Amino acid sequence: MQLDAKIPEGPIAEKWDKCRFSNKLVNPANKRKYEVIIVGTGLAGASAAATLGELGYNVKSFCIQDSPRRAHSIAAQGGINAAKNYQGDGDSIFRLFYDTVKGGDFRAREANVYRLAQVANNIIDQCVAQGVPFAREYGGTLANRSFGGAQVSRTFYARGQTGQQLLLGAYSAMMRQVATGKVKMYTRREMMDLVVVDGVAKGIIVRNLVTGEIEKYSAHAVVLATGGYGNVYFLSTNAMASNVTAAYRSYKRGAGFANPCYVQIHPTCIPVHGDYQSKLTLMSESLRNDGRVWVPKNVGDKRKAADIPESERDYYLERKYPSFGNLVPRDVASRNAKQACDEGKGIGETGLGVYLDFADAIKRDGLDVILRKYGNLFHMYQKITDSDPTKEPMMIYPAIHYTMGGLWVDYHLMTTVPGLYATGECNFSDHGANRLGASALMQGLADGYFVLPYTIGNYLATVPPVPTSTDDPAFEATANEVKEQITKLMKNTKSGKGGQTVDHYHKELGKIMWDYCGMARNKEGLEYALKRIPEIRAEFWENVVVPGSGQELNQSLERAGRVADFLEFGELLVRDALNREESCGGHFREESQTEENEAKRDDANFSYVAVWEYKGQGTVPALHKEPLTFEYVIPSQRSYK
Amino acid sequence: MSSKTININVKIWRQNGPLATGAFEEHALKDISTDSSFLEMIDVLNEWLTIKGLEPIAFDHDCREGICGMCGAVVNGTAHGPDKETTLCQLHMRRFKNGDTIVIEPFRSQGFPIVKDLIVDRSALDRIIAAGGYVSVNTGSPQDGNTILIPQHVAEQAMDAAACIGCGACAAACPNGTPMLFLGAKVSQLALLPQGKLEAKKRAINMVLQMDKEGFGNCGNERECENVCPKGITIRNIARLNREFLKASFTIDH
Repeated sequence: MQLDAKIPEGPIAEKWDKCRFSNKLVNPANKRKYEVIIVGTGLAGASAAATLGELGYNVKSFCIQDSPRRAHSIAAQGGINAAKNYQGDGDSIFRLFYDTVKGGDFRAREANVYRLAQVANNIIDQCVAQGVPFAREYGGTLANRSFGGAQVSRTFYARGQTGQQLLLGAYSAMMRQVATGKVKMYTRREMMDLVVVDGVAKGIIVRNLVTGEIEKYSAHAVVLATGGYGNVYFLSTNAMASNVTAAYRSYKRGAGFANPCYVQIHPTCIPVHGDYQSKLTLMSESLRNDGRVWVPKNVGDKRKAADIPESERDYYLERKYPSFGNLVPRDVASRNAKQACDEGKGIGETGLGVYLDFADAIKRDGLDVILRKYGNLFHMYQKITDSDPTKEPMMIYPAIHYTMGGLWVDYHLMTTVPGLYATGECNFSDHGANRLGASALMQGLADGYFVLPYTIGNYLATVPPVPTSTDDPAFEATANEVKEQITKLMKNTKSGKGGQTVDHYHKELGKIMWDYCGMARNKEGLEYALKRIPEIRAEFWENVVVPGSGQELNQSLERAGRVADFLEFGELLVRDALNREESCGGHFREESQTEENEAKRDDANFSYVAVWEYKGQGTVPALHKEPLTFEYVIPSQRSYK
Repeated sequence: MSSKTININVKIWRQNGPLATGAFEEHALKDISTDSSFLEMIDVLNEWLTIKGLEPIAFDHDCREGICGMCGAVVNGTAHGPDKETTLCQLHMRRFKNGDTIVIEPFRSQGFPIVKDLIVDRSALDRIIAAGGYVSVNTGSPQDGNTILIPQHVAEQAMDAAACIGCGACAAACPNGTPMLFLGAKVSQLALLPQGKLEAKKRAINMVLQMDKEGFGNCGNERECENVCPKGITIRNIARLNREFLKASFTIDH
């Protein structure tokens, strides 16, 4: 596997211009001869589909849900960053770039991050033009709020529903192209595999989730915008259908998978409360603007929050990080919450929680102001927990939220399989080992609106503009493999064999992942997980019961296929975590910490992107390294003190 | 949170396809935690059915945070169940009592054919958006965001409308089976903002025409829709849609 990141030469501020100028162009008359498959309709997928449609390409867009508007980008709450410097508080493109590289603990590519910071401003303009109702100041200008990991106010937002509004903007733009016929929409379709012909991506195999039919689609290029793999942990803030299948199958077809161990554990989620629980709910990081995080000073203090006097509370983030306080980056906030709970200071029935308290903010600004900012989040919290955050502090605990790792891509967002692109959370490129708040929306839209549309032409210009077809035997062969897997998954149906459900195995996998490859990891635990996962996988294939048939709408079968891939992918994630014997960002190896229990990087040995190449079933994947060099932001021990 | 459990009976709609005959199926469920969500209660039932070798209930759901709009069913006669401004996934079992019988049916409307059990086909809503629910601006280099000033109260009003999650409960609750609250929300959002004004007439007309084509009825001011809307969207938005539509009908240049 050759890793050529294709980063243009020259000063960082000129690289993107250089790339755009040196890219080959497809002339307007020829654009209509090209077909592009885009899998996923979240921010990265919908924005790319809309833009490529506008440019004149023929887009086939696929989504797993009943409507493209349901993609999980919709659940993003807090906001989207851009370096507009509307507040005049010292922001700039370079500062956004700097904060993102530093926030990612110096494990991202400088050139990609700089480009992200450059195009971020265009995103805001584009979304405003689309009619996205961003929050406004009284004078009618755009409002900003602060977010973790930054000391400037650069986050644009639409109440606590920013993801929803940005997604609906991109979705509407895409539906406009659906109306013109440039985008053909395929809903309730799940990508089951990638079709590679002579080493080049030529199409996909999908399952029609309504009829169960296995369908083949061809194109000149394939774009995966299929999101992250957080659900390998079973419990996460991801939507129920979020999965790794498209990315993992592409990995098995030759796409390198980069840094799978970089998983973001979000500090402010509603704590776990029972075995029946199906998912975890995020409470936006924006709450840390006004909420104060604390635990009782004394171990085992089980009094109600209101009964604990001020002098017996430990506002540990404010105490330990006076300059960033409650707004430290997510990885730092999560680790500190875990530490407090490990020390026995955790709150609630389980002892796995900390307080996020709004009492001071309400006293300072008034209930009205606080409700206007966070009303919908408070409402959601109360629905779930039956407790009113304006009267008693919220209880929060970290949960799996976002995955920084993903398919390896070059500067053009192309994977190691020619013709296969990965955008948004699905790729690894911009967040290093930790993503800053309000940067996921920024990256998804940057990739889809402003990067891919420029870079994909450079590839398409080298592909003859002749119609594509699914005639190549590779399509039939890949479709047959998909069908065989379905038959294998359903072998216990009506066999009367007492088996277990898909969820049973998913939960078992999730527990191993969380216990041994969660917020803190060590060699011994990771090696144990590496031994356990194949055992669970073997049990799964032996005993899983999938009711119904493959030729109909069958949600158990859908889940079974996804869990089957998680059971392989989990192993890859753990292997990556074991290989990286340093702590960085969201990846915390207990063996590598400073005296103050902060993550300790090992730049001498691990300043690289770990890219895994599939070597066949039962064979250890090969590790390739893309060295990371830093010319503009000199790596240092991150300090938020 | 108080961890209590209750025993309940559910009467749940089973239907194998759009043309199949449907019927209620009854199940007794024991020890359901009152902290679990309504969908988690169905998960528990489905796990049990699977182990018994029976087919689980098909139901749409995804984010389980009340924002994606994918879940929805009629619970005891009310779309999304008894709680105000709450999607089905955010309804919690503490709302029910030990011994309750809960009747669960799919969203029903002329424009939403049943796919299976509680799953309905709401693609008509996507086609209505495709008919005009956007501002026609290509990706490129629009002017700086702050050159379009929008008074805060207007932005807030637009946001109130834009909060629609496209779940279709409005059509399911309406005696005429119309999703006009859904249309009204999108038309209002864009009609309120300067960015959307240019195409306001065409948008109102085309979206309404598409709605008619999909077989939905018209608004009869019953207000059932706003009663069940999980995002609290008011029928003022339907009034605005009607105004926009009427205005457009008289003044549009063809």
